[in-house]
Amino acid sequence: MADAIFLALSVITIGSAIAALEMRSLIYGSIALMGTLGGIAGFFLLLDSPFVAMFQLAVYVGSIAVLILFTVMLVKRELIFKKVEDKRRKFVGIALMLVFMVALGSIIMNSGIKTITTDEPAVDFRNIGADFLTYYWPALILMALILTGSVTGALILARREDVENDQRTD
Amino acid sequence: MTNELIDFVLVSVALLGIGIYGLSVKRNAIRMLFAVEIIINAANLNLVAFGRFLPHSGGQTLALFSIAIAAAEVAVGLSLIIVAYRMYQNIDIADFRSLKG
Repeated sequence: MADAIFLALSVITIGSAIAALEMRSLIYGSIALMGTLGGIAGFFLLLDSPFVAMFQLAVYVGSIAVLILFTVMLVKRELIFKKVEDKRRKFVGIALMLVFMVALGSIIMNSGIKTITTDEPAVDFRNIGADFLTYYWPALILMALILTGSVTGALILARREDVENDQRTD
Repeated sequence: MTNELIDFVLVSVALLGIGIYGLSVKRNAIRMLFAVEIIINAANLNLVAFGRFLPHSGGQTLALFSIAIAAAEVAVGLSLIIVAYRMYQNIDIADFRSLKG
């Protein structure tokens, strides 16, 4: 059975996930998304994986959420608060969500996952570091190249040539 | 350990459902990115939970790779949203239908 910390974390995570999608203002929505990401980091701590939890805090709450917040601030004010959605589409979306949750939930509840428990000690995070540098080193290098390429691509995409020319004439 | 694997998997299913709802209902591009983030986090939670209960270090390693790739995806996605916003002066995806610049 789940303990109180788990229940509190799941309420925070799921509640702020709903708030992130349903808040009127996109700024408050992105702050609620930070709550979801932090809640997931808390789940990682409950699962005895502190290294992944810190990575999640550093990458998601530290950089991605701030990046989203700055992007929201670049958008026009009335677009931040504007909420365009179909009533019918919304009902269909809620029905789809419930169907997914009930179907997947009942499949999982009837599967063998329910009986899986463990008494074994958690994986030491030193093993993960050793794995990264031995077995997974090509993947690590590939990931570094992908990150470099995508960040460079993002910078090139978002560049504005007209601003550069304006500054040169000043 | 008092928490069982099924609890974590059920939380992950709930997050996946919320993400699917957001992707199908919202028309705001940034909100759809929020929904994608929620789905990716549900997947990461599953990876770490199964890695804890097996127990095997592969789950955590794969979750770390997944987080790094998601960071790259968000950077590119946000810059695409900014380019589209500059082009159409809007972030409604119904306006992004034409490929013409």
